[in-house]
Amino acid sequence: MAVIETRDLTYTYPGATNPSIKDVSVTINKGDFVILTGPSGCGKTSLCRCFNGLIPHFYNGKLEGEIVVAGLNVVDHKIYQIARHVGLVFQNPENQLFALSVEKDVAFGLENFAMPRNEMRKRVDWALQMAGITELSERPPHELSGGQQQRVAIASVLAMQPDIMILDEPTSFLDPVGAQKIFEVINELNKKLGITIILVEHRLDLAAKYANSVIVMDEGKVILNGTPREIFTSEEARLIGVGIPKATRLYQQLKQHGIQLKNVPVTTEEIANLLREVLKHD
Amino acid sequence: MIEAKDLHFTYPTGLEALRGINLTVDDGEFLAVMGQNGAGKTTLVKHFNGLLKPTKGEVLVNGVNTRDVSVAKLARNVGFVFQNPDHQLFSETVEDEVAFALKNFGFEEVVIEKQVDWALNLLDITQYRKTSPFMLSGGERKRVALASILAWDPQVIILDEPTIGQDYQQKEKLQQFILQLNAQKKTVVIVTHDVEFVAECNPRVILMSQGKILAEGIAEKILTNQKLVAQASIVSPQITQIFLELADLGLPTDVIDVHEATKILLARLRDRR
Repeated sequence: MAVIETRDLTYTYPGATNPSIKDVSVTINKGDFVILTGPSGCGKTSLCRCFNGLIPHFYNGKLEGEIVVAGLNVVDHKIYQIARHVGLVFQNPENQLFALSVEKDVAFGLENFAMPRNEMRKRVDWALQMAGITELSERPPHELSGGQQQRVAIASVLAMQPDIMILDEPTSFLDPVGAQKIFEVINELNKKLGITIILVEHRLDLAAKYANSVIVMDEGKVILNGTPREIFTSEEARLIGVGIPKATRLYQQLKQHGIQLKNVPVTTEEIANLLREVLKHD
Repeated sequence: MIEAKDLHFTYPTGLEALRGINLTVDDGEFLAVMGQNGAGKTTLVKHFNGLLKPTKGEVLVNGVNTRDVSVAKLARNVGFVFQNPDHQLFSETVEDEVAFALKNFGFEEVVIEKQVDWALNLLDITQYRKTSPFMLSGGERKRVALASILAWDPQVIILDEPTIGQDYQQKEKLQQFILQLNAQKKTVVIVTHDVEFVAECNPRVILMSQGKILAEGIAEKILTNQKLVAQASIVSPQITQIFLELADLGLPTDVIDVHEATKILLARLRDRR
């Protein structure tokens, strides 16, 4: 079942001469884990802003084509109506956090939904725990490190248990172990709670193994849309600078030298297993 | 040359961020500072241009104690690009942003123009010269911040998380550019969590943990040392992870580069035939 559907979506920011999104037609199904990638400035963030109604309601500008999210026509519904279904974790956590304590920031969205106090307490604690920041609950967000702020931003969206979660480079300030933990949390939300995930990411090495679909944008257009395996082995993806995971790169290098592995690997485990077979058989 | 001698720093809140750092960064060197969130990486590099002054110990930049000079004076030699470009950008157009420091340093108009053109071109943002930096994407804003520092051609360039928001091609360009700067005897210090970027550049790495230097050495040695990697909350590059899984078949575990990995595997498969 489609939870996001766009047809010929084109958007131009106010005052801009060229559209930032051009003729985008995509379908995202319930329970999908989608990676949205492409060169810096290609329109990824703008497309995410369409998914939760920030475009056109907050940014104004000119929106053409159709977009339906969680059954709601985005143009005809208010941001707060769409927000019940779609949570967006911003690229820069400082643009999202504003309360005097982490706990209050996480509770903010729920307060707006007028959730009963007990339930709110439970939700906030759960979200803090999922994001691994229970011990920071009393701290002011602006005093935290970039990585910690990213976790708070994730928790505050998580608390609302949206049907669709959009995360715009959610681990860019985190150390690799911290990033891995966040990806695992996101994966759990997807696999256990069935939340649809849209992850904007350049570092596909880290995220590829969780996704069932990859959308590649370039200059405002969607140029590739398929499974991670299809995308990572396509020549177009390489040419526009998509960061192909090393496991897939190694597979390609070996292929160039006449060694053909049985499948296209996306993760280190996959290629290690394939290599093990070849090395043993020879 | 930058020297830190028994450098300690405690924030006014009482947080002991640096606890006895001894480090020398030579001219023309490429150094990557890595480690866990909160390890003190950014605090350390903020001492290199005098933004922070040691609580104890000292930092010398080209032999001059950072306590004895103003940040403005140090900045002429040491450029600092912040982690978050929004902490740095403020002008109405990209062009003004990049020209700002050059004007402050009192360069002639012709020189400013030339330098601005050069920096915009280098960072692939010429098409945005009349655009407000705040209209640009996160990755593009990061490049504007970088251009505004490179434009005045400092001797030492400090980049805090330069690869955030950058696609693969931009990262490759950054790598080539850093090597070019090194060839001109300029020093580049980056703070980064991007293990794959470091694996491709193979610079000297210092690994920090809890305000101290845990280890230092060439990336190939540091990033493939499983004990150090775990202690510093980083992970080994993917190529290393693949080879580690195959260690029982006698493959080396200190490989970080995809081309070297290919060579080793090909040799291995040929031997068997």
